Amino acid sequence: MPAKLILSMDGAVIKEYPLTKERTTIGRKPHNDIVIDNLAVSSEHAAVITILNDSFFEDLNSTNGSLVNGAPAMKHFLQNNDVIEIGKYKLKYLNDQPTQTTAADFEKTLVLRAPVRQSAAPATAGGAQGAKYESTTHFNATATKVEPKPVAPAAATVATVTPLAVIQILNGPNLGKEMELSKNLTTLGKPGVQVAVLARRPHGYFITHVEGGSFPTVNGSSIGEQPHQLNDHDVIELAGIKMEFYLKA
Amino acid sequence: MNTNEALEIVGQTNPGMVRSHNEDSITFDVNYGLAVLADGMGGYNAGEVASGIAVSVLSSEIRHRLDAARPEQKEAGTGDEIGFALLRDNVRKANLSIFNAAQSQPQYAGMGTTIVAGLFYDNRVVVAHVGDSRLYRLRGETFETITRDHSLLQEQIDSGVISKEMARLSKNKNLVTRAVGIDAEVEPEVHGYDVAVGDIYLFCSDGLNDMVEDEDIGATIQMLQGNLALAASQLIEQANDNGGRDNVSVILVKVKASYPAPRGWWAKLLSWFRN
Repeated sequence: MPAKLILSMDGAVIKEYPLTKERTTIGRKPHNDIVIDNLAVSSEHAAVITILNDSFFEDLNSTNGSLVNGAPAMKHFLQNNDVIEIGKYKLKYLNDQPTQTTAADFEKTLVLRAPVRQSAAPATAGGAQGAKYESTTHFNATATKVEPKPVAPAAATVATVTPLAVIQILNGPNLGKEMELSKNLTTLGKPGVQVAVLARRPHGYFITHVEGGSFPTVNGSSIGEQPHQLNDHDVIELAGIKMEFYLKA
Repeated sequence: MNTNEALEIVGQTNPGMVRSHNEDSITFDVNYGLAVLADGMGGYNAGEVASGIAVSVLSSEIRHRLDAARPEQKEAGTGDEIGFALLRDNVRKANLSIFNAAQSQPQYAGMGTTIVAGLFYDNRVVVAHVGDSRLYRLRGETFETITRDHSLLQEQIDSGVISKEMARLSKNKNLVTRAVGIDAEVEPEVHGYDVAVGDIYLFCSDGLNDMVEDEDIGATIQMLQGNLALAASQLIEQANDNGGRDNVSVILVKVKASYPAPRGWWAKLLSWFRN
């Protein structure tokens, strides 16, 4: 089903426009695809460029401007349920095509045989806009590092479902030190001597031997080469260092 | 040093969490410094057939040819380096055999595959690719893509229609602009890169990079470089933990030592006898 724009004023729906054309124009003059006969609307006010399943809104230097989701916009990469405002009129963008990385029904790869024409497409969607979107999916792991970095929406899902766990050192010079396991993977030990990795997964934490002559032990027994699931208050020993694994309440 | 001593190669392929069968195919051979990964598409089992043909054509033809010639030598007719020519010509050969199979058998109509293939020789990697399967490189702290996808989204990024950050929101993922076996002819992209000791190369299908962010892929490889097999299985596990919506395949190649081509009189004599 193609994406569509629903034109309304004061909450009353006026008409639906399927976005079947590469370029759908909006304006006061009758040659536009979406005609809004109102003096606040420029004769050629705006256009929506549609490339397969993606649509981009572009204000054509209109006299009174356009709002997208309440903010003035010249160019905007439309997402499902975005609302474009032109004067007193609202155009709601609906695209219920699932985004392929979030839908269960993942679309198969398709081949485009002829390159899609690019000429009518709007120029760059700016980095500032990109950052704006980023923040909506930003997941802030309670990490040891504080520098902000864009976090993957996909990766964030893992961390949100698994409770945070901590490793506390039980002997040696770092006695009492704690380390939060906020990342997907955390390595323990000394490279070249003995290294193990702790993986934070949707169904819990797993420790796996990476390198070194001997395997780490959990509660006194060697874990071998296979991943070993950790339980609350397990004691890990690795390269002579003992540490306790526990879940943060 | 030969590639079988200088390189370590591991590979894994997995159907993922949603798909019933695996349409990816991989192969690698450390003796020839060769790695090939293909992500097939098409109904029923046609995707598997296409990627299987591509991988077997490349691996058998290239190995056969390298039994009699060195990849850094020039081809007699064209003057092209044999390594480059082997990748380019055999992607075309695979293209033709998939295309012909699809033409002659209705159940295979429209099948095709992506491909990314690397040949490591003379302290270099030469890589050929078609479609959106990728080669990445970890060098020191830097993890980056070496190949550029032949996809609508990459074209849109290149022409400024959409920014890299916004591309994540696009509903036009998985639209490739080139594939092997769809038309009678295909133009593979072939480039050569110098390698450094310590580099780790990742060949992967989009089932990995669509499910796991580049940053996390790079961090995983860097952390687990002491155990390449574990790094490969952790990458697949992460893709599956994040939903595993597609088949996922990885080949990791670690450069442990330099592997210059033999250049002494002895090597020349040997190759003269071989020819």
